[in-house]
Amino acid sequence: MRLPPLLRESIRTFRRTPLLSALSVASISFSLFTIGLFGLVALNFRETLHKLAERVEVVAFVLRGTPTETISVASQDIQAFPEVLEVRFVSEEQALARARIELVEFREAYRDLETNPLPASLEIRLKPEFRNAANAQQVAERIRGFPFVDDVRFGRDWVQRLDRLRNIAAVVGLVIGLAFAIVAIVIIGVTIRITVLQRATEITIMRLVGATNQYIRGPFLLEGTLKGVLGGLLAVLMCWVAYLLFRGTTGELGNSLVFFSPVQLLLGVTFGTGIGLLGSLLSIGRHLRHV
Amino acid sequence: MIRFHSVSKTYPNGVQGLRDVSFHIPKGQFVFLTGHSGAGKSSILSLIIAEHKPTFGEVRVSGFPVGKLTPNEVPRLRRKLGIVFQDFRLLEYRTVEENVAFALEVTGARREGMSSRVMRALTQVGLAGKAKGYPKELSGGEQQRVAFARALVNDPPILIADEPTGNLDERATRGIFQLLQQINAGGTVVVMATHNLAVVRDTGYRVIELKGGQIVYDSGQEPVAKDPE
Repeated sequence: MRLPPLLRESIRTFRRTPLLSALSVASISFSLFTIGLFGLVALNFRETLHKLAERVEVVAFVLRGTPTETISVASQDIQAFPEVLEVRFVSEEQALARARIELVEFREAYRDLETNPLPASLEIRLKPEFRNAANAQQVAERIRGFPFVDDVRFGRDWVQRLDRLRNIAAVVGLVIGLAFAIVAIVIIGVTIRITVLQRATEITIMRLVGATNQYIRGPFLLEGTLKGVLGGLLAVLMCWVAYLLFRGTTGELGNSLVFFSPVQLLLGVTFGTGIGLLGSLLSIGRHLRHV
Repeated sequence: MIRFHSVSKTYPNGVQGLRDVSFHIPKGQFVFLTGHSGAGKSSILSLIIAEHKPTFGEVRVSGFPVGKLTPNEVPRLRRKLGIVFQDFRLLEYRTVEENVAFALEVTGARREGMSSRVMRALTQVGLAGKAKGYPKELSGGEQQRVAFARALVNDPPILIADEPTGNLDERATRGIFQLLQQINAGGTVVVMATHNLAVVRDTGYRVIELKGGQIVYDSGQEPVAKDPE
């Protein structure tokens, strides 16, 4: 089978300069691997925060003697709030049973009770996008308006702390992620520039015999793209190995760790390809302006 | 074929390469550009191959107005030129025939008939027997002949040679000069920059001598007529 001239020329370059090509692919893959590792940490941190956020709920304690129908109607009203995912009624008996199971240290005290001291409650879970202090507060205020509600709680302090943690994580993630991406782009750009300089004579000859800039760019762009794809795939492989190794050494904790989804992996390889292409485009463009 | 009309060239660093230079090279002429280093020979060649644009005046090469060419038009002009340099500029990893074929490949020539065109150019420069060899296996004179074959393979009407014998011994120089004469005899315009006056002497070809960016002698001076192109 006869390969298209552009692809043939790119493969020829790989064969002619195997060491330089391997170094280019290695530098691209290690740069992307660094980003990938950071991405994995960020992904797992986000996952942990997400799990913590699932615990954000508003609890409305119901006054004793409130008719079941009133609570039922109010539950439907609350369910209709745009922030609310689910409303669960916990009767006094259910609350006591749960306390006996969950509060082990008070098990004896709860066993000998003659009257149930625990009130019934409505446990209101919020939709994921509303699981923050401001929205929980708003929902709590609205629920407080129901006459049968004795008290409303949502763990203001820890929800606020969770909010702060999320904000810090977002800023730190963005800054460090950007820094890693910039470093990767610079390293890859320099690598591709070395390839371009190594072929300076060839480019000069091409120009002198009348090759168009598009023609000259072609093999370089394809070469950069191929290196980006290879570097991206290698980086994925290295991240996977690192993930497995880390998982293997962390026991129980390791089981809760997550890896990139196929879409995220595809995005990573696409990013590598894009960087390879962009680095080539910039390097060859700059070179063509000066020869 | 080549017309310079009141051309001046000042480089970005302030160096003045040419001052008010005018000449006309008609079809089929062989012209030597002579002068010491910095006299302006390379400036003239760089304007002919559209490596630079004139600061003032007009340069027309094979009908192309060099000063007004867009980057996309430059390759079209260069396909009308064969260019050879002192340092050969061959690709070490390609064989002789591949080096010559390179000029066809990168200008998008059809693959059919490519090898016969390459062999014809190599035969013209007397290197048909070394088509499969690599540049480093050849002498300096032979390497320069490969560069000529590459320049000629597209059948350009104009051949530009910048100090083509600068790196060669006397015997190789004579050989290259004879080759240039043959090329010119086929109707190709040859413009050769050299500071080797021994090559120029008694050839009977036109000599344009430059000094300080100006023409100080032109053996073929004629009134600047309107270019039929």
